[in-house]
Formats: sequence, structure tokens, C-alpha cells
Amino acid sequence: MSTMTTSTPGTPSTRTPPARPESRPARRGRRLRALVGAAYAAPTAVMVCLFFLVPLALVAWMSLHRWPLLGKAKFNAPANYSGIAEDELLRSAAWFTVEYTVVVTVLLFVVAFGLALLVQHRRPGVGFFRTAFFLPMAVGFASASLLFLGLLSDEIGPVTDLLSWLGLVDGYVSWTSGSPDSALASAVVLVLWRFAGFTMLILLTGLHAIPPDVYEAARVDGANRWQTFRRITLPLMRPTIALVLTLMTTGSLLAFDQFWILTRGGPDNSTTSLVMVIYREAFIRLDLGSAAGISVVLLAVLVVFTVLQFRVLRRRSS
Amino acid sequence: MRTRGFRAVSAVAAGVLVLAACGGQEPEAADDGAVLTLWTRAATESVSKAYADAYNATHRNKVEVTAYPNEEYPAKLASAAGAKSLPDLFAADVVFAPQYASQGLWADVTDRLAALPVKDRLAPSHLGAGTWEGANYALPHTIDLSVLLYNKDLYAKAGLDPEQPPRTLREFADHARAVDRLGGDVNGTYFGGNCGGCVEFTLWPSVWAANGDVLDPEGEEARVDSPEMADVFALYRSLYEEGVAAPASKDEAGPTWLGALQSGNVGIAPAPSVWLDALEQQGLELGVAPISGLAGGESTFVGGDALGIGATTEKVEQAWDFLSWTTSDEAQVEVVAKNKGVPTRTDLADNKYSAADPRTVLINGLVAKGRTPYARNFNVSFNDPQSPWLQTVRGALFGDAGRALADGNTAITKSLQQG
Repeated sequence: MSTMTTSTPGTPSTRTPPARPESRPARRGRRLRALVGAAYAAPTAVMVCLFFLVPLALVAWMSLHRWPLLGKAKFNAPANYSGIAEDELLRSAAWFTVEYTVVVTVLLFVVAFGLALLVQHRRPGVGFFRTAFFLPMAVGFASASLLFLGLLSDEIGPVTDLLSWLGLVDGYVSWTSGSPDSALASAVVLVLWRFAGFTMLILLTGLHAIPPDVYEAARVDGANRWQTFRRITLPLMRPTIALVLTLMTTGSLLAFDQFWILTRGGPDNSTTSLVMVIYREAFIRLDLGSAAGISVVLLAVLVVFTVLQFRVLRRRSS
Repeated sequence: MRTRGFRAVSAVAAGVLVLAACGGQEPEAADDGAVLTLWTRAATESVSKAYADAYNATHRNKVEVTAYPNEEYPAKLASAAGAKSLPDLFAADVVFAPQYASQGLWADVTDRLAALPVKDRLAPSHLGAGTWEGANYALPHTIDLSVLLYNKDLYAKAGLDPEQPPRTLREFADHARAVDRLGGDVNGTYFGGNCGGCVEFTLWPSVWAANGDVLDPEGEEARVDSPEMADVFALYRSLYEEGVAAPASKDEAGPTWLGALQSGNVGIAPAPSVWLDALEQQGLELGVAPISGLAGGESTFVGGDALGIGATTEKVEQAWDFLSWTTSDEAQVEVVAKNKGVPTRTDLADNKYSAADPRTVLINGLVAKGRTPYARNFNVSFNDPQSPWLQTVRGALFGDAGRALADGNTAITKSLQQG
């Protein structure tokens, strides 16, 4: 580091040549290019503004009011925020959501990375497996949740029958609401089935971006498979892993469909996620202000979490 | 001056003519060929459609019914209200009516209802549910009562008299035990132990029959820790622990409740009266009995849907034309009673269709003995899967019963009073 910093601070002007006045056509060309660039970006900017920034501002504004479905809103800050601390259901939901996020992120990453390593190289039949692993992504998440609800049902699903035929279970079993652990496990299996292929695909692009000659050099140096994986694959995959982890954690913190459909948040509120509480505030209690308040806090947590995650992973990779 | 005077007279005359024309058209304005949208939940879709078909056949207005899945319906309504685009008419589970009325989602129909000749003959508990701060917002649309349904074949096999249903809740438990002894796939009884709505619908009548209460009349104080409620829970708990109630009762959240009874393997169970027809279509021969208290008495939960005019509609006249028509003899007898439904008019409990089946007479007669609980925060406190009531139920039936009822009462009261 110290050999690089030979210049003295405060004397850059002695090194750079004096700026020459820009000619008028050059300036006009630059302005035109900037305008064209802005025009290209405009549709996206408008969409982001209309469907992200405006609703975001509205939610923040709503969170400061008692906001009835019909009629005039009444300013009541900070009631919607102070109520959050007293909400027991919200506390247990926050804890469960964090727990679920950790479980799903770890398992999904391990499974997806394993699958990506399995189908990394071009071999006969590998295309079939890549497609097969990715295929669940083609099913909508709500539909997939309903599919699992049916499959796991003791009344109509084949899973319990199959397991009792194999002698693994005996009698009546309720996977989705029998116990907190089995309910969570049902949702985790569903998420793994639905998202492992997609995560695998992102990791696969990262794996393919590593130049083959790096592996070649490692082999020449006598590195075994584990050393190659630890010293080459993992460090060079860091940006991809950062992306995947961010997508998985934010997705898990916003979990809704799987619990809403599969477990209804039960048994005994053990699988109630944060977004389910927001939904309950807005559509069951009809308290839009309180729902907006929780949403704003959740958003703030997500932003902090994502920034920290990126910082940690970037620092390590640099 | 003369011209100005002439103009003024002409303007007044024109105004009078317009007013006269409007006044003359008033009776027609209510049935002027308007298309009215009506939203309802899937559970009561068939009744709403039957009403609409009969009305459309004899009126110029046309009512179009759209049904939404039961669980998603409140969210759909809330979204529509937020967007100020409620349908012209919408039905709601009668226990949610006070909340919708308090939020102003229905138009105020107090004066119109007062002028309705059959006002005093409409199901009083439903009318009460559609009332907020003295104003009326909704009328009874469909009625669904909780009753005991028992399988006559299983009764005969178990050595019970199929014509002698239980007269007390203790007898109900004894009958269930007797049927359960048949063994195999047969279970004595079945209940929705993971469904707040199912439990209140089927267990509360036993509390009411014993002169107990679950809620104060204003819907602000819970009384689920009463001895009457504790006794009822204890009885169902023992049936589950003895294995008399099907094991799936613990996890029954509602969706497979009807399916479990349709299997024909359940001896006797409290259930919605509207299922009688659906169950008999599966070839089951069923008896009907009122839900009783531990030592006798009888009561029922008067459920079903209330119907009101969407607060954001501009077709109030036309919507009222349909709404008031649903209370007519024609609608109640030829649409509701003909399709084996319970009339929303107490004076029509005995009608030419009900007379054919004594079970229907029994069901219709229960309306006057039953109750519809009233609370502004009913859904969030009792029916929602995350409600404190469901936690109380789970504790009382499968956990630490004493603590569940005491803690539950505090939690439910807090939820009921939340602004």
C-alpha cells in the first residue's frame, strides 16, 4: 500500500495539464449525448417513480395517520409506531421470520450450490437435469403452495399414505398444522423445491464466469478438489454469492404466500410471518395506518440489512 | 323588463316541469334497467345467485353476482373500499357486519328500512348485527344455523334409537361414545379444533343454552372464562382425549370439515344446517337436533350473510329495489324456502315447502331461539387464524385449559376494545 502513495496531497495540479477550453461543437455533442442517455433512462425512471417512489411516499405518509378505508385521514403520529412495541403477535412473528430466514437461507444456499456444482460441466444428460431442477420455477408460488397443501393433506394427499406404506409413519399425521416444527418443515421443503433451481441458475452463471485457465493453473500446481473449491471457486464466486444471499434473505424476510396458504400461520401462531401481521392489520383490522407503520419499519430493517450484507461481502472480496 | 320577466317565468315553469317529470318517474327510477353488481363469498354464492336470477326474471334491473373465496373476501372488500370502488351491493358474514357498518362501507338505509312493511318480521339478530350507532346498514341475506347432525345408520348399528337424538350435551357425548365403539374408521364425533369460526359457531350455542354468555351485548368485554364455557370445552376435550372425536379434529381449520362429515364415518357432530342437503346427496341418512347445553336447553348460532348497499355506489335507488325485494314473500318462499334454505323472515318459518320435512320446520323454528354475537372487532378477535380466540380454543381443548381461558379472556377483551 505505502509504495503506491508517492504523490503529496494537495499538489495534483502540478501533474495534470491545464484544462483547455472546450470547443462549442464538442460541448453541444456532449450535451446531446447526455440528453439521449436521459431519454433512454426516462421510461425506467418514470416507472420507478410511479410504482415505487410514489407508493413508498404514500405508505410513509399513511403511517403517520389514522387512515380509514373511506373518509378523512387523521394525523396521529407516532401512534402507529409506538403501537409496534406493544404488539405481542408482531414480536413473535418477527422472531419467527428471522428464524425462518436463517433456516431457509442456509438450506437453500447449500442445496442450490450443490446442484450448481453437480450440473456445472457439460456432460451427456446434464441439460435434462438443469431443466428438471429449474422447472418448479415455472409454477406460480401460490399454486405451488396449494399443490403442497394437497400433497401433504391427510385427507387427499399421497404423501402420508406413501410414508405409512413404507412404515415411516403410523396413523394420522398432519404435516402442515400438527406441530410447529412440521409446519415450518413443510414450508421449508416447499421453498427448497420451488427456488433451488432458480438459485442454482444464478450460481451457475457465477461458476461459468470463472476462467478455466485459473483451474488449469491450480491443477498444474497440484491442488486437490477441496483446495480448488476453497481457494478458487469460493473467492471468485463472492459477488454472485452476495447477490444470491441478498435475494434469499430479503425474499425470506418478506415471506407470505407459503405460510398464508400452507399453514395459515399456525399451529398456535407458530408460523406467522411479519408480512402476515401487516396483512392482518390492513385487511382484517382495517387499520391501514398501523399496517403502513409496520411496513416502513420492515423496509428500514431490510435496507440496513442489505447494505450491511453487501459491505461485508465486498470488503471480504477486496 | 317585460322580456326579463318573461324569462324568469319561463325558467320557473321549466324548473317546475323538470321537477314534476322527475317526481313522476320516481317509481320507475328504482327499476330502470340498471346493471347492479353484487359481491358475495363463495359459501353463500348459490343463494345470492338464486335471488338474482328470480329478480332478473321479473325486473328491468339486472343483478350480476360475483363470488370470491371465503378467506380472501374481506381483503377484496377492503381493497375495493380503499379504492372507493365498492360494488352496488355486497354481502358479508353477518358477524363482520358491525365492523363494515362502523367503517361506513354500506350506505345508511335507516329511513328506507323504517318504511318497509315487513321490517318487524326480519330476523332480529341479523338486523341488530347490521346496526351501528342506531343506524341500519344491512338486511339479512342468508341464514345458516348451527345444529347437531347425526348419522341414522351409525346410530342403528350402535344400538341407539335413530329417532331419539340427544336432549343434553352430556347425552350427545354418550351417543358419540356409543357410535365410536363401532371401531374401524368410524368416529363418534368431529369438530374444527383449529378454526376459531367453527368453534364459536358450534360450541357457543351450548353456552347460551345453559344461560351463559361469551360476550357482553356491546361486544367490548369477553366472557370466555365463564364456568359455562369452561364446561363445554371440558366436554369436547374429553371426547378428543378419549379418541371419540376424530384425531383430525385437532387440526381441522375449516376447509376439510364438510369432507370429513361426507365420509359417513362420523356419528354425530355440530355443523351448519345448510350442509344437510349436501350431506344427504352423498347418500347419508341424517337426523337433525338442536344444540343443547350440558344439562338441557337449546340454542343456535344465527349465522349467514347480511346484505347492504355499497357506500360508493350511485345506484342507491336501484340497489334498494333489489334489497327490499329480497325480503318479499315471493323471494323468501319461492327462492329461499323452495331451495331448502332458512327464510330471513320469522313469519315465514312455516311455509308450503318447509311443511314437507319436519327437520326443516325444526331448523326454521330455531332462528327465534338463537343469537348472533355482536362486536365491531369480531373478525380480528375471533375468526382470524391469528385471533386471541383461536389461541384460547387451542389451549382449552389441547393445552393448559385453566390458564388458556383466563389469559384468553384478557387478550380477547383487549382485542375487542382496540380502536
